Amino acid sequence: MSPQTFSGLYIHIPFCRTKCPYCDFYSCTDLHFVHAFTAALEKEILFYCTSFPSADTLYLGGGTPTALPDAALSDIMASVRKQIAISTDAEITIEANPNDLSREKLAHLRSLGFNRLSIGVQSFDDAMLQFLGRRHTADEARRSIDFAREAGFDTISIDLMYALPGQSREGWTATLNEALRFSPEHLSCYQLTIKEGTPFFDCARMAAFQPCAEQDEAEFFMFTSAFLEERGYGHYEVSNFARAEKFQARHNSKYWEHKLYLGLGPSAHSFDGRRRWWNVRSVEGYIEKLLGAADETPDVIRQETMPAGGSELLTDEQLRMEALMLGLRTRRGIELEHVLTFPHASATLQRLQAEGLLIVSSNRATPTTHGLLLADSLALRFVE
Amino acid sequence: MQQIRNFSIIAHIDHGKSTLADRLIQHAGLSNDRQFRDQILDNMDIERERGITIKSQNCALNYTAKDGKEYHLNLIDTPGHVDFSYEVSRALASCEGVLLLVDAAQGVEAQTLANLYAAMEHNLEIIPVINKIDLPAADVERVKEEIMDELGLDAEAALKCSAKAGIGIDEIFEAIVERIPPPTGDPAAPLQALIFDANYDPFRGTVISCRIFEGTIKAGDIIRFMSNGATYKVEDVGVFRLKLEKHKQLSAGEVGYIIAGIKTVSDTRVGDTITNDANPAATAVHGFVEPKSMVFSSVYPISSDDYPSLVEALEKYKLNDAALEYEKDSSAALGMGFRCGFLGLLHLEIVQERLEREFNQSIIMTAPSVQYKFTLKNGQNIIVDNPQYYPDPTTIDIAEEPYVKISIIIPERYMGVVMKLCMDRRGLNSKFHYPSTGRIEINFEMPLAEIVYDFYDRLKSVTQGYGSFDYDFIGHRESELVKVEILVNHEPVDALSIIVHKENARARGLQICERLEKEIPRQMFKIIIQGAIGGTIIARSTINPYRKDVTAKCYGGDISRKRKLLEKQKEGKKRMKMVGNVEIPQKAFVSVLKSVED
Ligand SMILES: Nc1nc2c(ncn2[C@@H]2O[C@H](COP(=O)(O)OP(=O)(O)OP(=O)(O)O)[C@@H](O)[C@H]2O)c(=O)[nH]1
Ligand code: SF4
Ligand SMILES: [Mg+2]
Repeated sequence: MSPQTFSGLYIHIPFCRTKCPYCDFYSCTDLHFVHAFTAALEKEILFYCTSFPSADTLYLGGGTPTALPDAALSDIMASVRKQIAISTDAEITIEANPNDLSREKLAHLRSLGFNRLSIGVQSFDDAMLQFLGRRHTADEARRSIDFAREAGFDTISIDLMYALPGQSREGWTATLNEALRFSPEHLSCYQLTIKEGTPFFDCARMAAFQPCAEQDEAEFFMFTSAFLEERGYGHYEVSNFARAEKFQARHNSKYWEHKLYLGLGPSAHSFDGRRRWWNVRSVEGYIEKLLGAADETPDVIRQETMPAGGSELLTDEQLRMEALMLGLRTRRGIELEHVLTFPHASATLQRLQAEGLLIVSSNRATPTTHGLLLADSLALRFVE
Repeated sequence: MQQIRNFSIIAHIDHGKSTLADRLIQHAGLSNDRQFRDQILDNMDIERERGITIKSQNCALNYTAKDGKEYHLNLIDTPGHVDFSYEVSRALASCEGVLLLVDAAQGVEAQTLANLYAAMEHNLEIIPVINKIDLPAADVERVKEEIMDELGLDAEAALKCSAKAGIGIDEIFEAIVERIPPPTGDPAAPLQALIFDANYDPFRGTVISCRIFEGTIKAGDIIRFMSNGATYKVEDVGVFRLKLEKHKQLSAGEVGYIIAGIKTVSDTRVGDTITNDANPAATAVHGFVEPKSMVFSSVYPISSDDYPSLVEALEKYKLNDAALEYEKDSSAALGMGFRCGFLGLLHLEIVQERLEREFNQSIIMTAPSVQYKFTLKNGQNIIVDNPQYYPDPTTIDIAEEPYVKISIIIPERYMGVVMKLCMDRRGLNSKFHYPSTGRIEINFEMPLAEIVYDFYDRLKSVTQGYGSFDYDFIGHRESELVKVEILVNHEPVDALSIIVHKENARARGLQICERLEKEIPRQMFKIIIQGAIGGTIIARSTINPYRKDVTAKCYGGDISRKRKLLEKQKEGKKRMKMVGNVEIPQKAFVSVLKSVED
């Protein structure tokens, strides 16, 4: 890794007050572990700070970072800043649950340096919120955004979910319109994905509800893209929209641009341009590994005490595939030079252009909206 | 030589040949109990999985008889399924006698007769053995009658045994020694060794299985293949005794193996005679009658890059399966490949599986076809076993398809269902005959195409496994044939077209369309599958495109998983064939070939 590159720093906060039935992120609802977790995290930071000395984006995700008590958040930010140089113009994001966002909480977050807030609103329809098992109401969501603006957050991202069972076009439009009333700088609109191992998966299998049909999902997607584009939001990644280019998520874009990132906390993944490794999933495992063995020499932290869950050394071929598959998820698309390293790429490009899925310019291939809707199969078209 | 006995165990499928071989092997002390497993000679994975013998296997046994002398026996366990009858006929060429097993509960069945005739053609001593006498349903008296009436053998000479329970094994050994004559031949004469099988060992080259008729062979000898003159220096000779057992020499009357550093696979031909280069025999031993392929199908590598590897694999495979015929072929859809001839559908299936498993080939095989004859209006006669070469219908004067006479032996109670099955398959001129009370033999004349397809499976299922059947080619007969083409997005896929009787065209066309519909994955565009005769569409199905294919989230923790999925799909693509712009998985070609719905 070249020293002048700033990396993206991700910290996974593995706590939620309650579990949502569609979610397969790793999180635990037992907040008793918070203290040990912050101590373990401090040690992990200490270990990595030499190889990742600086960062220009910091992202606290989860889980629900705002579920942490103020003191814990302060500790974490202090540990980070002590060891890693966060550049002055860094994007510092925290994911938030609406009903954690009291005026006091927001003031505290500002004081810790957070300058971007990603609020998990999901819907402005109480019935949908209930269906999703969220612990906030639409009113609480509205209020939290107002409070956030008052607290001085000038970059707010609102997370919404759509293509929900039984959701109508009108219902979704109403939620979008409500969100737009707040002129958020950024919107993430995720189609509900029913994942194995979640309660929703079992419900769907037992036909407790009827998941949205693929054809409808496709229509919802195209509609959402057009609706938001017309209102000035650039559809720059499959599920992400920004009111202006400068509001595109800088940290998350690093993933799509195949840049370096360091992930700390349980289940977090890191990438140094060649190797990817990830931590154990469970909070207990994470804590035990980091704090379990007493160090003989406290200032030398040994690799063995890192909570590794696994790692892989990527071959050139794998790196190329990743760059391709990630690039094709974004409106930036991918450099032609890169695409052309795949066999028969020019024929494939031509065909995809004819099918209306890609636009090929002098030096880039960029997916159309329809292309984004089929991004995974676009990548597959190039590999053989 | 007086102490040598060469014999095969022959029978209808499942009558217990391999199990009897087990008992003989154990009795001879060849396998200790720890190494032993049932049907020990069925050493291929496919044989063990399917519970049937596919290849004949040799095993040398020593036996000290009641007369106090030690005898050298060479046992050959043979397959019972009709598709492997060529294995049996070649085994018989190295024997002086056979044990003809008859299941005490099932009685004489179609393959019992067919194998008996084969043994009689070779003038072999036949020892009838009634097996499975331990079964509650065993009816030894009835089976004795059948042996007399149907096989024309002396029922009193029949031995009784239970291969499973190990009853009557001593008597079998004694009968082998007393009743089967020793081989003849002169160890001092010029060498004549008949190659009846072979297989390729990557380290040692071709391992030849042979019967020595005249002369002697030992390590260091220079041998010559009589068909092509190729010469090699012998490295090793010996016998098969569960594994290869090196001997100083092999002499007239013995069965064994020869290793001579033979790396040129094509030099070895089953049926050829090996002689001594310095002291050659004047003539070759009478080889084998070429097997007559009944079913034809083309095989293509999934990736055209693998063609050279397929060439090599087929050559080596053929060493070990003399019944396979093949020649070069090519298809617009699938590229370069081979047209292969098989003895039946099971044979085809086994070849496909062995090529994939033993030779690591990824292949596609086309729908099986029989050999049709056409007389064109210009008087020309042509033979077509490949739908690709189906003549322009307007030029055809007379079309003919091969007919066989089938013989089915069943308990009487199944007569109704079997008759119906045969009539549905265009069976004609039925004849019946009652070999013994309660059993019936039905004969029909039937197009071969009707039985290669799924007849045996159907027969088994309607008779709950009791039906046995055999067939003989009786000639070509005039028929109304059509070629059904399969079009995928309006492009004909030559490898999927079939020649069928006019009356079956629509049903088969539909069936293929439906199976393809199930097996071809959805793609970004709509796929239309059609069956057509000439320009007329007779069957159709469609595969709707997928509308959405993207995961909602892809952040730091999702990338590895997504890439792995992509890698997996990439692997899957290697097993796809592009036809026009449609990717057709290998599975789809295979599904068309499958007879019954699973
Ligand atoms: N009860 C009983 N079962 C037997 C006896 N001999 C064989 N079997 C069973 O019959 C079945 C078929 O036996 P195999 O020895 O595989 O028959 P095979 O003749 O070699 O069959 P193919 O090689 O497929 O033609 C097996 O399940 C055996 O266990 C016997 O003496 N008594
Ligand atoms: S709050 Fe977020 S991370 Fe926690 S369970 Fe719900 S969706 Fe998952
Ligand atoms: Mg057997």
